Amino acid sequence: MLCEKCNKNPATVHVTKIINNNKTELHLCEDCARERDDFNWFTSFSVNDLLTSFLGPMSPARSSGSIPVVKCDKCGMDYQKFKKLGRFGCQNCYEVFKDEIYPIIKKVQGGAFKHTGKRPHSQNIRMRTSREIEELKRQLENAIKIEAFEEAARLRDRIRELESRQQQEG
Amino acid sequence: MSWINEKGPLSDVVLSSRVRLARNLADTPFPTVMNGVDRDSVVNRVRRSVLGQDFSIQDYYQFLTIHDLSPADRQILVEKHLASPDLMEQAQGAAILVNQREICSIMVNEEDHIRLQCIFPGYQLNEAFVYINKVDDAIEDQLPYAFDEDLGYLTCCPTNIGTGMRASVMMHLPALTATGQMKLILQTLAKVGITVRGLYGEGSEAIGDIFQISNQITLGASEEEIISNLDVVAKQIVERERQSRYALMKNDRLQFEDNIWRAFGTMTHAKLMRLDEFMNLLSKVRLGVEMGIIPNIDIQGINELMIMGQPAHLKKFGLQNSDQKNLDAVRARVAAQKLGHNQ
Repeated sequence: MLCEKCNKNPATVHVTKIINNNKTELHLCEDCARERDDFNWFTSFSVNDLLTSFLGPMSPARSSGSIPVVKCDKCGMDYQKFKKLGRFGCQNCYEVFKDEIYPIIKKVQGGAFKHTGKRPHSQNIRMRTSREIEELKRQLENAIKIEAFEEAARLRDRIRELESRQQQEG
Repeated sequence: MSWINEKGPLSDVVLSSRVRLARNLADTPFPTVMNGVDRDSVVNRVRRSVLGQDFSIQDYYQFLTIHDLSPADRQILVEKHLASPDLMEQAQGAAILVNQREICSIMVNEEDHIRLQCIFPGYQLNEAFVYINKVDDAIEDQLPYAFDEDLGYLTCCPTNIGTGMRASVMMHLPALTATGQMKLILQTLAKVGITVRGLYGEGSEAIGDIFQISNQITLGASEEEIISNLDVVAKQIVERERQSRYALMKNDRLQFEDNIWRAFGTMTHAKLMRLDEFMNLLSKVRLGVEMGIIPNIDIQGINELMIMGQPAHLKKFGLQNSDQKNLDAVRARVAAQKLGHNQ
């Protein structure tokens, strides 16, 4: 049986409604069922499902092909993969997919858009940066040891970045 | 010790209070895309950051890599609510640290690099938050967290950003369920950003009448606001549940007690018991203990039995000492012994 709405996909969601003794039946595919908001279709429901159902296709300018598909330059996550998983690959993704994700975050978080809770102690930031550099240097040594040179280059760049930031902050 | 065998406040309705924080390291890709080298590196860094100090709370943490645990031991951690099923599916480069009291656990490379959780007996949300906050501070001194001024702690799934905090209260709500009020409560709470779900089973059809209420929103409100929000709701639910219990009891005391003692009778004399039946009967027996109808059994005993009756606990501790190979038979015997009727 095909979906009554789009007539394309097989109908996998079947609904019987009885209102004032009038019985109506609906046979929809999962995509069309998802678009309806008069039912809670999915009983095993998690916040992640909520998120992925909010995620539409790419914003118009990007999907038209005039701008190449955006990929996170740090971890390689692309929008299609993110849409499928509902999860990011690194903190940089939040910047790369800003246009797509910010409106959704607003929706999921009840309109709020400014963190007001706990923050890492700022007095520790310098100390943490030094520790981070130390740790990265250790990782760099390891990477060189196992001849993972791409990884080593990435680590080297990151160490330089942190060191220059540390100098700027004096 | 632990939420299972310590008694906490409001324990006639509340089983446990849990606060979980999601954290990630700023310098490493999230577990979604991590390679094996990164995974091991995060496990080692978190292990060193935890074992290298005392958190100003004298406690000993046990470090376990998931890969080295048997399937039964993995499931036991899940049944004790110390680990999530998701963590146990990570075959490589995932670990957990559990403190000796079994109230605090730190999962490494689950959905996020670090998931800290603290679970207290009874109603102690604030206490659980204070505890886990200290652990978080101690780890943060050692490791660089991914943090953004506007978005807060950056989590792998954008639904957890901000505080990265999920606070939840596990409750036994047999009277609200029996009087058909759960559906309305579910709908009402959804409007104020609070989720209710059955801990065992799905949706409003919770097996054993055990529900978990938790905050859905993590960004915009502070940790204290989220907890005080949940506090108001949890206490109202406790009050409503108590009122409904007394109303049911007042309405027909004989019927009320009959229900409880019939469940007790079955639990102490049945020879075979499936998990869902066990959970449903235990709910009635628990109610009897909570209302002072069944004497000589305390709520900790009921919690212990609930955990002992779960599949992995039965396999690990029940099967060895039994000539029976049938899990339902072992469960029935454990229930009878625990409730004081040796067969």
